[in-house]
Amino acid sequence: MARLTIDRVSKTFGNYRALDAVSMEVRDGEFLAVLGPSGCGKTTLLRQIAGFDQIDDGEIRIGDTVVSDARRHVPPEHRRVGIVFQSYALWPHMSVFDNVAYGLKVAGVKDPERTRRVKEALALVGLEAFAERRPGLLSGGQRQRVALARCLVTEPSLVLLDEPLANLDVHLRAAMEDEFARFHERTATTMIYITHDQAEAMALADRIAVMDRGRLLQIATPSDLFRQPANETVARFIGEGMVLPAEVGAADSEGRCHGRIYGLEVSLRASPLQKAGHAKVCLRARDLAIAGPGQTGLSAHIVRTVYQGGFFRLEASLVRAPDVTVHLAVPEPFHHGPGDVVDIVVNDGWVLPATTES
Amino acid sequence: MSGSAAKAMRGGDLTLLWGLVVLVAVLSILPLARLVLEGIAPGGALSSGVIGAVLSDPTTWTAVRNSLVTTFGGTVLAVVIGSIVACFVALTDMRARNAFVFCFVLPLMIAPQVTALAWLQVTGPSSALLKTLGLAPPLGTRNPLYSAEGIILLLGIQYAPLVFLTLRAGLRALPKELIEAGLAAGAGKLTVLRTIILPLMTPPLVAGIALCFVSSLGNFGIPAFLGIPANYLVLPTLIYQRLSGLGPSALSEVAVLSTLIGVIAMAGIVVQDLMLRRRDFRITTTSTAARPFELRGWRLPSEILLWALVLVILVVPLAGLVATSLVPSYGVPLTAASATLENYAYVMFDHAASRRAFANSFGLSAAAAVVIVVVSVPLAYFLVWRRSRMLRLLNLAAELPYALPGVVLAIAAILIFLKPLPVFGVSLYNTIWIIFFCYVARFLVLGLRPVASGYHQLDRTLEEAAQVAGAGLLRRLVTIILPLVAPAATAGALLVFLTAFNELTVSALLWSSGNETLGVVVFSFEQGGDSTYAAALAVLTVIVTLALMLATLLFARKLPQGVLPWRD
Repeated sequence: MARLTIDRVSKTFGNYRALDAVSMEVRDGEFLAVLGPSGCGKTTLLRQIAGFDQIDDGEIRIGDTVVSDARRHVPPEHRRVGIVFQSYALWPHMSVFDNVAYGLKVAGVKDPERTRRVKEALALVGLEAFAERRPGLLSGGQRQRVALARCLVTEPSLVLLDEPLANLDVHLRAAMEDEFARFHERTATTMIYITHDQAEAMALADRIAVMDRGRLLQIATPSDLFRQPANETVARFIGEGMVLPAEVGAADSEGRCHGRIYGLEVSLRASPLQKAGHAKVCLRARDLAIAGPGQTGLSAHIVRTVYQGGFFRLEASLVRAPDVTVHLAVPEPFHHGPGDVVDIVVNDGWVLPATTES
Repeated sequence: MSGSAAKAMRGGDLTLLWGLVVLVAVLSILPLARLVLEGIAPGGALSSGVIGAVLSDPTTWTAVRNSLVTTFGGTVLAVVIGSIVACFVALTDMRARNAFVFCFVLPLMIAPQVTALAWLQVTGPSSALLKTLGLAPPLGTRNPLYSAEGIILLLGIQYAPLVFLTLRAGLRALPKELIEAGLAAGAGKLTVLRTIILPLMTPPLVAGIALCFVSSLGNFGIPAFLGIPANYLVLPTLIYQRLSGLGPSALSEVAVLSTLIGVIAMAGIVVQDLMLRRRDFRITTTSTAARPFELRGWRLPSEILLWALVLVILVVPLAGLVATSLVPSYGVPLTAASATLENYAYVMFDHAASRRAFANSFGLSAAAAVVIVVVSVPLAYFLVWRRSRMLRLLNLAAELPYALPGVVLAIAAILIFLKPLPVFGVSLYNTIWIIFFCYVARFLVLGLRPVASGYHQLDRTLEEAAQVAGAGLLRRLVTIILPLVAPAATAGALLVFLTAFNELTVSALLWSSGNETLGVVVFSFEQGGDSTYAAALAVLTVIVTLALMLATLLFARKLPQGVLPWRD
């Protein structure tokens, strides 16, 4: 168990900057999700932590040991990290037992202890009965568990999970999510979980690091990430946020301020340091509602309504800015359709900090 | 884990890599460099005397002309047969494709000298087969195969499978959308074949032609059996005659001749490169292979014609060979009364040299196969998974001894090993080890290619998983990678074994008493007029070859496509 420090790490493939001065600190025992669209550099980051490539610049420390910098490079076999691969990478020519025992064998752990630890690891994932099977005969979820047992049996200082649920069907994913969460609780291992699925990241992680085009955009708890995105990209990427322009007043010490969105007066959340002026505001679907009697809102043309069981997802373009589309959930019964004009009230919103996003 | 330990580990990987680099350099670059050096400085002194003497000798130029005539002729014939058959196999709905491919590719796996011997048994006045059928020409008639045309015919048959294999691989990679787009645009099937398929097949066709050219140029067995009796010498047979007539004193001279043949082969490869560089043949889409041509009413006639081809190029000569091997003496017709197994008994039990040759060929081939696989598994690991410019050059170096004619390597090996080795003080010349060295150098790439394609099929995370589990490179190679590439490695080992087992070109120049190979003994039986013994021994080698080829079909499912040439 150890903390992981990533300090301004850069990695270039040819002309392509896969990692651009990425820094983050992962606490001992923390479950960190690295979230981003494909090609954002999250898998590259994992491969640098594991040591499969040599970094161009920066430093990676596991505990107090520098494992990578521009000159030094500890090879993967000496880093004591565990990895669960997306493809599971179970060795097809070995039984489940031998797959799990491999790392112990390599480390020179002798037999009574080795068998005991393998059995423990298999018991932890509920696969004692499958020890003699070949991986080819297991289901997807079972393979996933073997991969997990194999990675944990050597008690690595750090466990890296590369989209471990991507190859499972939806039903199994929920079950495995639970399993990972319980697992992390019981072992208290530092885990770094690579995924492109934000629901998965939100459900599992203590904190989420959002990456895009090789850069780290924000690292925060799931709730902070949702409520207080650091910039427009994160705001749009997480929870389908809508970003609208606004005029805002200076925030009070509680972090509240007044604002005006397309002429509508609204009360918003902001950093206590927020100054008055132009700003961008992140709105969530749950911040919006159809105006009740006597309420004023933004007039909008309905573009589309989609019934989603008990409520409609409504998409509408603003009358004052037809290229701006907002979406919200409207409870049944709702009798308007495309083309109708409705008034939409804004109950809450987050003023994006003015830090520029280059 | 401290930084210095990390460096030591990476040092371990580097040691293995550099070991392989040195090994490949010793096997491929050293011999060729030594050969060129001998041409420039014969016997160690800088001189142009030998070059001048060789190049002004009219025999040299006759041999060059004969080499070019037979090589071009054989290549043209091979291209015609090979490409027609490839189109049928890859593009039409013919039946029994697997059996056909096996039979059609078989001549490639049979030693050229056995092919030559077999054909001689069907055409001459003493042919047991023709005598039995009552078709033999009168005694004293010259065997028509003792001629340039005979050599061309057999080279064409021997190497048609090479063109077939490269073209079939190309046709397999051809996306079916390209064909369907042509058909949708209103073109007829033959128009599509002419305007779309064949132009796109230029690269594999040119590659096949180049392969065929180099193989025909370097072939020793066929011109040795058909040309030497007619005093029709090509470069490899000229080198053989000079060396066996004069011994090592002719070394400088044959070194020049070998360089000459090497230059012609390189010219062929360069021309291939130039032809492909002029135009862009890259295929931009990928999808499953198409078999667009339904033969309908033409299916049965086509199949009959194709199997008739197999009958002519495979069944008839082998029947002739078997017939000769069963008669008590050359020229006797084969009947129920005359048939005998005495020839087999003689070569297997009585004749000391052929008994030794069995042991030598088995031992050499098996040892070469094992060594090559042991080298190929780590070598392919670096070539496939750790690509770099230096490794691409290493791959090229590993290809060289196989790409160049066998005589080139053989002469180079004599030059290296004639004098005692510097440190050890032993001479490998006139021992079995010089043949072994050449086998490993020449056939390395035959084992390397299947292993490399095995790596291409492997998910690299399997290795990375072992790496993060703490396993060093050697342990990963042995416990994870070797079991996973084992089927491909076995196929590679068998290809090496079969090729070495049937080999004559190298051992004809390098053998010494006690160190004969099967090819050498068949050759000397035939040269001594003992065609019946030669035939019996040849039949035995064909049986071994065939048995091993069939054995590979048992695990063919586990192999990447294209690793076993004889499987569709």
